[in-house]
Parts: sequence; structure tokens; C-alpha cells
Amino acid sequence: MNANESLEFIAALLILAGSVLSVISAFGIIRFPDVYTRSHAATKSSTLAVLVTLSGAFLYFWVTESFISVRLLLGILFVYITAPVAGHLIIRAAYRSKVKLSEITVEDELEEVLHKEEREEPSK
Amino acid sequence: MAFQIVINLIIAFMWMFLSESYSASSFIGGYLLGILLLLLLNRFIPDTFYLKRVFKIISLILLFIKELISSNIDIVKLVYTPKLDVEPGIFELPIEVKSNWEITMLANLITLTPGTLSVAVSDDNTHLYIHAMNIDTVEESISSIKDTFEKAIMEVTR
Repeated sequence: MNANESLEFIAALLILAGSVLSVISAFGIIRFPDVYTRSHAATKSSTLAVLVTLSGAFLYFWVTESFISVRLLLGILFVYITAPVAGHLIIRAAYRSKVKLSEITVEDELEEVLHKEEREEPSK
Repeated sequence: MAFQIVINLIIAFMWMFLSESYSASSFIGGYLLGILLLLLLNRFIPDTFYLKRVFKIISLILLFIKELISSNIDIVKLVYTPKLDVEPGIFELPIEVKSNWEITMLANLITLTPGTLSVAVSDDNTHLYIHAMNIDTVEESISSIKDTFEKAIMEVTR
């Protein structure tokens, strides 16, 4: 097994790991009780899954066709920057539109702050 | 920092003009020479030597990747435990970073760390509200991790 073949094998492993991770993230989205915990699974696992899959594809084309795809690298960068922001925005919008947290939730320190704001707003 | 990089580029171009070979290798040679000169003349230039900050940025990126992987291992464990016994909750974290860039970086880092998700930034930019997956066990260690993040970000930006 020469170097090229083993690099190809690593690329295949990366793509496999990425798909397994995205399956796990989908399971997490089904299993967790409310939108907040679901978004934990959605932001983290699917981000890493996409990153690993893209870097596997990058490595594969680099090894087999000696083609360095800058577009894939840029895709990795953009996913990495935008995924946490998207998760934050969805969660923030959910909280603002008063989506209830699940019953197992223990603590909620944001609620008082937001309620205070809402009480003040009509007087403005 | 930007000023030092510009000076370094100018030195590299000067080196190319002086040796009259316009290739990538002579550019790199000039750039290395410029780094050496900047290191020697550090006292006369505003700010500290800029490569230090570059190294800190690189270590911050490595921290990002490390945290992303460890948070994924956490999620995998949670998904595959047969009975879900987590105690999620929202807690507030006082932050010291001031500018918008630093707060954005910190919120992104928190979102990618194991078990936490940033929900909101307070109006006066002094608190972050964070949804934690397992609040009683994690909160202490989480806040210590956050101290390291905040320190790393502040080392980069100032």
C-alpha cells in the first residue's frame, strides 16, 4: 500500500466519519425534548460533520487528481463561521417568541430580564 | 499590527527590486529578511512584534477546533445514553470583553463548546445568556473554560 492509496483511505475514513456524525446529529434532533437542547445537537454535530466530509473530499481530489480545490477550503471556512451564528439566531428568535423550555429545565435567568423589558416597553 | 505587516511587505518588495529577480522565492526571502529587521527594530515601532499576535490567532483557531471535536464527543455520548438525565437551563455570564468583535468571537466559541449555547447578549453588552445542557455539574467548569477563552480572545485583540 503506497502513500497515495493510504491517503485515499484516510479521505474515505473522513467522509465516513462525517456521515456517521450527521446521522448522530439527526438522532439527537429527534431524541432531545425541546428546541434548545435540539439545537445543541443541530449546531455542533452537523457543523463538524460537514467540515469533516468537505475535508475528506478535498483530500480525495488532492490525492487522486492532484487538484487543490480552494472552493472546498472556502466552504469549510464559511460553514465554520456561519453555523454557530445561525444556531444563536434561531435560539434567540425561539426565546423571544416564548417557546417553552422542557419540564426538566432547572434554571432560567433570562426570563426576569426579558419580562422586565416587556413591562417597560408599553410605557415608552 | 497592520502597519507592521505593510512595512514587512514593503521590505519584501524592496528586496525583490534590489536583487532584480521577480519570483516567489525572492519575495519569501525578502519577507524573512523583513521579519528579522522588524524584530531588531522593535523598539522604534508602535505595538509589539506582530508575529506574536499571529501565533495567538493560530492558537485560538486550534482551540476552536479542539473544542468543536470535544463537544461532538459529548453530544454523541448524550444521544446514545438510553435514558436522558440532563438538566438544561439558562444562566447568565458576566463578560469583560467590550468591542463587538470580541463579543461575537466569544459567543461563537461558547456555542461550539461542549454543552453550552449562547442565547442572548444583554442590551448593555455586559452579560451573555447561555443555555447549558447540564447545568449543575457543568456550570463551574464551564465558567473556568470561559475564562481561558476570554483571556485568549483578549490577548489577540489588545
